[in-house]
Amino acid sequence: MNTNVTIGNLTLKNPVMTASGTFGYGEEYSEFFDLGRLGAVVVKGISLKPMEGNPPPRLAETPCGMLNAIGLQNVGLKRFIKEKLPFMRNYDTALIVNILGTSVSEYVRLSKSLSDAGVDAIELNVSCPNVKRGGIEFGIDKKALRRLVLNVRKAVGTALIVKLSPKASDIGGFAKIAEDAGADAVSLINTIPAMAIDIRTRRPVLSNITGGLSGPAVKPIALRMVWEAAKAVGIPVIGMGGIMNAVDAVEFMLAGATAVAVGTANFVNPAAALEVVEGIEAYMRETGTEDVKDIIKGLIC
Amino acid sequence: MKRFFKAGVKENTPLNKNHFLLTFAPLEEAPEPRPGQFYMVAASGSYDPLLKRPFCFFRKTDLGIQMLYRIKGKGTKLLSGLKTGDVLDVLGPLGNSYPMPPKKDTALVVAGGIGIASLFPLIEALEGRAHVIYGARTKNELLMLDEVKALSMELAICTDDGTCGGKGTVMDFIEDIPDEGKIIYCCGPLPMLRAVSEFASKRGIKGYVSLEENMACGLGACLGCAVKMTSGGYKRVCKEGPVFKMEEVGWER
Repeated sequence: MNTNVTIGNLTLKNPVMTASGTFGYGEEYSEFFDLGRLGAVVVKGISLKPMEGNPPPRLAETPCGMLNAIGLQNVGLKRFIKEKLPFMRNYDTALIVNILGTSVSEYVRLSKSLSDAGVDAIELNVSCPNVKRGGIEFGIDKKALRRLVLNVRKAVGTALIVKLSPKASDIGGFAKIAEDAGADAVSLINTIPAMAIDIRTRRPVLSNITGGLSGPAVKPIALRMVWEAAKAVGIPVIGMGGIMNAVDAVEFMLAGATAVAVGTANFVNPAAALEVVEGIEAYMRETGTEDVKDIIKGLIC
Repeated sequence: MKRFFKAGVKENTPLNKNHFLLTFAPLEEAPEPRPGQFYMVAASGSYDPLLKRPFCFFRKTDLGIQMLYRIKGKGTKLLSGLKTGDVLDVLGPLGNSYPMPPKKDTALVVAGGIGIASLFPLIEALEGRAHVIYGARTKNELLMLDEVKALSMELAICTDDGTCGGKGTVMDFIEDIPDEGKIIYCCGPLPMLRAVSEFASKRGIKGYVSLEENMACGLGACLGCAVKMTSGGYKRVCKEGPVFKMEEVGWER
């Protein structure tokens, strides 16, 4: 049984990774299962300088989902490379780092440093809904996205993933721009901008007023967008958005995802990502699927 | 031995209309909890509510581990329907714990309402060295009073409406404690935590508070339960907390 999938020059032992921001820096989950069982670990978004994040409350629960407005709290590039990265090197899994900058040159600097530090892939976050500057400016402006990807591509040979926003008006178009500018894959969806209100106080539940919706509530939207993106490009699509188990993961792969990321499910069940790996393997055995690639784009319609 | 395990419900006893005492026994070997730590408990097997709910470790009995909870929303409402024999997903024990005072020292323990849930195992561990002030809005919200009394060196009770003990808040009675000890422990509503911290600071007594915040993972990954620190920046209630030094916490919100 072959579960390998390829993203650019990177081969993953299986198509299951963690979604950025839901798995800390990996170490938080290492007590629950062998992280080496995963295709890749995508760590919390890193910026050049440490970021404090938004004031609380940062979370709100909604039916079958949750809103977050963390505001990209992170230790910054320097501390990440010194304190967090070595830990993940103890595991036989690909390490993917999600990065956020406020300018093209910041993304380039981050990419170069992380590439030099030996990370296996870089995911450009151009879709965080919860920070005022950077990120999403590139995710909803085709020209800006093109310029960003071109410049990062020129700077590093490391596998390059562009994480797209569900706010993009035409997801296929944005995916195509990422591909044409040299990205090795696109990942989607990031959380969907949303809000919650407390009727007693008449105030928003989140201090940031709006936040990003994730969890099973967003899955059907994510599935549709992954399907659209996969039709538009030849590079791999990494599908995510409300994947709770292997059934969800296989749906994304049938819709066109080469790999999948488990996000909010990690909060609900710390072993969720491992269970998705095992569940895909079980599905392959049950259906007599020899190669996991035979599931990708297997949708009949 | 993992901190994520299945547990069997042993008892789910109503204490009054909206407060319950849940006893569960891990079905596999699970780490021992310390006073101040908490568990994340799945309220249902469904996606609604999606997230586990954090509850303080209350007490360990022959039957299992106990948690005290109040019906506050959908999750706790579902929990209140649990029956003996039901199986739960439990994550924990999580977070840090109350640092214990030196052997001979007494301590002042200030609990507000359901805040007793976190402080109860501490009072137990202090083995009769705790002066306890226990306040609530009304008599109904003073929980496990007999048990608290039996474990305390001295117990002062108060309610906002005077239906049990003295009429007023814990701050109206804190001054009456003849020897408040060398250390204060406090858990309860935010205004109370802040007032007790100010009292401790004025008296030059050190102390600890246990904080509460919405959280998704309980493991330090989601960064949802951040609280502002006086030193700048945030700490996570689930990881660096829930117990913080009083002077560490930035109270202005």
